[in-house]
Amino acid sequence: MSRLLQWLFGRLPIGWLQLTHSRTRFAAALAGVAFANVLVFVQLGIMNSMATATLKPYEFFQADIMISAADANSMTEGGNVARQWLFQALADPDVTGGTSLFVGNVSWARTTKTLSLTTYGIDPSLPAFLSPAMARKTGTLQLSNAGILDMFSRGLPREEAAAIRPQTPTSFEVSGTTLTLYDTFQGGGGFGGDGFMMVSDQTFFSLFPARSSAAPDHILLQIARGANPDVVAARLRELISDKTLRIRSYTQAAAEDLSYQQTKRPTGIIFGFGVIIGILVGLVIVYQVLSTDVADHLSEYATFKAMGYPQRFFLGIVFEEALILAILGFIPGFIVASGLLAGMKKVTNLPLAMTTDMAVMVFIGTLIACTISGAIATRRLAAADPADLF
Amino acid sequence: MSEGFPISVTGLNHWFGMGEARKQAIHGVNLQVERGSLTVLMGPSGSGKTTVLTLMGCLRDVQDGSVQLLGHELKGADRALNEALRRRLGFIFQAHNLHGSLTALQNVLMGLQVHGLTDRKAQQDAARHALSLVGLADRMEYLPANLSGGQKQRVAVARALVGNPDVIFADEPTAALDSESGMTVVKMLKKLGQLRGTTTVMVTHDNRILELADRIVTLEDGRIVRDTAS
Repeated sequence: MSRLLQWLFGRLPIGWLQLTHSRTRFAAALAGVAFANVLVFVQLGIMNSMATATLKPYEFFQADIMISAADANSMTEGGNVARQWLFQALADPDVTGGTSLFVGNVSWARTTKTLSLTTYGIDPSLPAFLSPAMARKTGTLQLSNAGILDMFSRGLPREEAAAIRPQTPTSFEVSGTTLTLYDTFQGGGGFGGDGFMMVSDQTFFSLFPARSSAAPDHILLQIARGANPDVVAARLRELISDKTLRIRSYTQAAAEDLSYQQTKRPTGIIFGFGVIIGILVGLVIVYQVLSTDVADHLSEYATFKAMGYPQRFFLGIVFEEALILAILGFIPGFIVASGLLAGMKKVTNLPLAMTTDMAVMVFIGTLIACTISGAIATRRLAAADPADLF
Repeated sequence: MSEGFPISVTGLNHWFGMGEARKQAIHGVNLQVERGSLTVLMGPSGSGKTTVLTLMGCLRDVQDGSVQLLGHELKGADRALNEALRRRLGFIFQAHNLHGSLTALQNVLMGLQVHGLTDRKAQQDAARHALSLVGLADRMEYLPANLSGGQKQRVAVARALVGNPDVIFADEPTAALDSESGMTVVKMLKKLGQLRGTTTVMVTHDNRILELADRIVTLEDGRIVRDTAS
């Protein structure tokens, strides 16, 4: 390592030699950087999983424009939309079709755990509004009180989910109605529920007798090929007289939902702060290590100054140390965080994973944070006065 | 170079402290040091000899008067000039000031790498040779913590000499050495003066060295009170 660094720097790798001179302190410094990395990785992992979970239901449907109530910050929140606006939207020449989307929460009381299922009521005769994977599964929804279930629902054993087939359906009671599950689809637990369920709009009304077909949660629209969803949405905002409605492209609705989850909801804010705290912890740890190291070697630095070494030489040493700490601290941090995320995924069934993007981002962030810490620590170099050596 | 002198000091005054605490440490010192000579600065503690040494070695800013070092005026010299001049000097400190994380060989190499890492093999050979000259051929890979006080000082001497400096400034270089090692080091400095023309200015209280000195300058209260050529 020493020879490699000497070849890289074109000088003795003093930073490396200084750091490794005290093995215990070096190990503690690396553990500190790794700890900060783990903090950031875990928080980012949770934030990423929040994004994945938030956007997941948008993948179930195919639409270009979504009309929602003013307070509908997400797909599962907010008031209803009058169905009459669907008919009015269909008057636009570029709108080729529309459907109502109903959203509710169904509890499946099981022996071990009650599953909270975010349930979507759709018109099964309009499979064009469903993703191809979902559309293939919705044939059974034509049946009365039928549903298809998210096979990744938290608390649902995989083997039990795999056993749910049209030939071997399973039933449970919801508010006095017997709901029969005929098939499964790939969803995944999120922060708002344990999983998803898809039913027909008629079944939805059985499950939620208070709901009316005249007041869906959202209206999904499809537009003509080549038409711009943003332009059509803007036109619909002019056309529809209820100016409180949120008429947005489907993509924009998903982006706004994600932004709302990450920046307005407490969970998103907490995880965001977690990332910042992780970065600050890393900065402080590396600064403490480097500034202590500079202070411990002031007389040596002063000697080098007396010998004629320029300021950039000393800066080079400090930055060399910062980069070594960043790189060598990142490796154990990455390994531990990968293990932690995998363990958390197993326990929570959240879509937690170490992604390449995340790893690259944290690695670059670590390099930057260590460099900043190094830059601050170099201020102490000014105290190395060669005249004090005599 | 000022009339051929590697070091020429004229009307040098220096103060420490600020305001009412400001105290003059050096009073109108004039001194020309000849090339290749071994000059010893003597005097009681607080007489100003170390201050003069650090001013001549461009480790301290010249406040008043003139110090010409290797043909360059140090008063008002910028950092780049100071650094360039320091690379032509060798310093031997009373406290050896070796880098604790570097081996003896690496410490000596630092005296060479300040000039750039041109020929790594040649630099290694030169550093090994310098350590051999001070009797540490078998201690090259030792860290300072594993060397005795005398051995550390000899490493510091090798580090100061390895770059073939024009001028060597030494502050009590023999303090940590036994009498034999101390004399060996001073004889080596003297020999360098004769062979290479290396000028040495040394602060010492060691009377044994005086017989080897070409010149003995005695300071008291920041003034030169005696200047004797041997």
